[in-house]
Amino acid sequence: MIGLLSYLVFFAIIVLILGVATLGLNLQWGTTGLFNAGVVGFYAIGGYAFAILCAPPRPELMANFGLPWIVGIIGAMAASALAALIIGLLTIRLRGDYLAITTFGVAVSIQLVTLNWEALTGGSLGLTTIPRPAAGLFDSSLSANIFYLALTLGATALVYWGLESIIRSPWGRVLKAIREDETAAIALGKDARLFRLQSFVLGSTIIGFAGALYVSFIGFVSPFDFAPILTFQIWTMLIVGGSGNNKGALLGAFIVWGLWSASGTFISMALPAAYQTQGGAVQSILIGLVLVCTLLFRPRGLIGEQPTVSRHLAS
Amino acid sequence: MIGQAIADGFLTGAIIALGAIGVSLSLQILRFANFSHSELLTWGAYIAVTFVSFATAGVSVGPLSFGWQLLAATAFAAAGTALLAILVDWLVFGPLRNRGANHLTLVFASFGAALILRNLVLLIWGPEARYYTNELQIAVEVFPDVRMLPDQIFVLALAFAIVLALHLFLRFSRLGMAMRAMAESPALARICGVEIGKVIRWTWILSGALAAMAGVFSGLTVQLRPEMGFNLLLPLFTAAILGGGGSLIGAVIGGLAVGLAENLSVLVIPAGYKAAVPFLLLLAVLFLRPQGLFGAAERS
Repeated sequence: MIGLLSYLVFFAIIVLILGVATLGLNLQWGTTGLFNAGVVGFYAIGGYAFAILCAPPRPELMANFGLPWIVGIIGAMAASALAALIIGLLTIRLRGDYLAITTFGVAVSIQLVTLNWEALTGGSLGLTTIPRPAAGLFDSSLSANIFYLALTLGATALVYWGLESIIRSPWGRVLKAIREDETAAIALGKDARLFRLQSFVLGSTIIGFAGALYVSFIGFVSPFDFAPILTFQIWTMLIVGGSGNNKGALLGAFIVWGLWSASGTFISMALPAAYQTQGGAVQSILIGLVLVCTLLFRPRGLIGEQPTVSRHLAS
Repeated sequence: MIGQAIADGFLTGAIIALGAIGVSLSLQILRFANFSHSELLTWGAYIAVTFVSFATAGVSVGPLSFGWQLLAATAFAAAGTALLAILVDWLVFGPLRNRGANHLTLVFASFGAALILRNLVLLIWGPEARYYTNELQIAVEVFPDVRMLPDQIFVLALAFAIVLALHLFLRFSRLGMAMRAMAESPALARICGVEIGKVIRWTWILSGALAAMAGVFSGLTVQLRPEMGFNLLLPLFTAAILGGGGSLIGAVIGGLAVGLAENLSVLVIPAGYKAAVPFLLLLAVLFLRPQGLFGAAERS
């Protein structure tokens, strides 16, 4: 019973963290139409920045500052924002699939940096003993996890509420206008490039925040946590749930991660140890099938975007 | 040192070029960035390794590590991969195209197709590295201080011959002309009586066959792994964009440029960062000359 409960708590934390990342992507793609194919890169920047700021110092590493949790979180968001700003300035004017290819390259390069810059990132061994907030207050790992669940729940709610109000604001309406018809938005005097850049930076900051929450929960970080497949998983979450809808983003995170975990559990029970790698392949094939089938049979996702009607017309 | 890096660069570049032609064709004729193209390379390489496991790579001919059987395997893999490409189009991209889906929807679909194709390779053939032959080869000195394996020289020559044949095909055959017309303007091509369906089918056949050859050559000169294609994805895109729209020659020169840049970079930066070089090249091209080296500026 306790085993099941702690598994559910663990599962819920991961779903919420991935949900936050999906919300960030939804701002970029669902609202603004920016094709970020390097989600995992910004997730990794947030995770590593947090680890470097908060992990206790070790002589062989140049950084590791042992700073408080909240400083790490803010630092992680600042690092992702800065990276997104630089990349955005270079790439934001590109059309759809070129932006996708470039951001994909960003993610590949970031993974190389995490592997090779050993003095900063610990190389393939990664960084360990990254502290969790208020870890000393709890005597069992279950109660510590429940506390962390409450924390991620609060963080998710905050991001959700913030994005909902932002999207309904005049600023959010401009983003949607740019997505629908960039030329028309420019004709109305909106600086489309500036708005796209702002949306890209804000979305990537949220994705970096999710990365920091993840690393703080797991307690260590290595390049293998940020494999390219994570980008495709998060995209699948958004498309399955329904891009353009923040509830859809969270629902998609729950469904896709649920499918991934359930199939993983099933495979590890059903297959002998020698075939586990092949079992992992089945999990990825399932994700690919879900993505393709959603695009083919339900392109707007489970709960797609709500139609926007002016409140003057509605009443 | 530099001579050796240039020779290696030409070899990698030739392999990338064969793959990049397919990416370029799909960017121009099918009008989307196909993230699953690199998996066709992997499939080609593995189809050939299966063929070889039945027929063996053959008694080595002269200094080469393989015999005619590997060439037969390559032809078989080219046909098989072309069929696979058509199958994927029939199942995934075709229905989306017919629905009039946004071209970015096709890109998402290619994410999914790539995941499925890559992991099917892992599922069917397993994660271990594979080789076509276990023959050991002795490098020959082709220029002072530049050594290459006989297999590598063979691959380079064959790749050149394939590109030349393809160039003549696109330049002079009716079908080649139709394909170029589609790349120029699908609407105009349709009015002029070009059969769109046929052009799309042949685009996949060519891309698939070329990808398979690139995969086999890459497997022959390095090794076969399920992620071999995926690791080439960024170089392929860079080469196609570097070459710009329009010409086949563009993709080939783009491929060679990427191969040379990767191999020469090792002289100045740590080898661990080699895989980031195509990306830096891509950024530079998109920033300085987004229409590619040989492309005409897009009409706005």
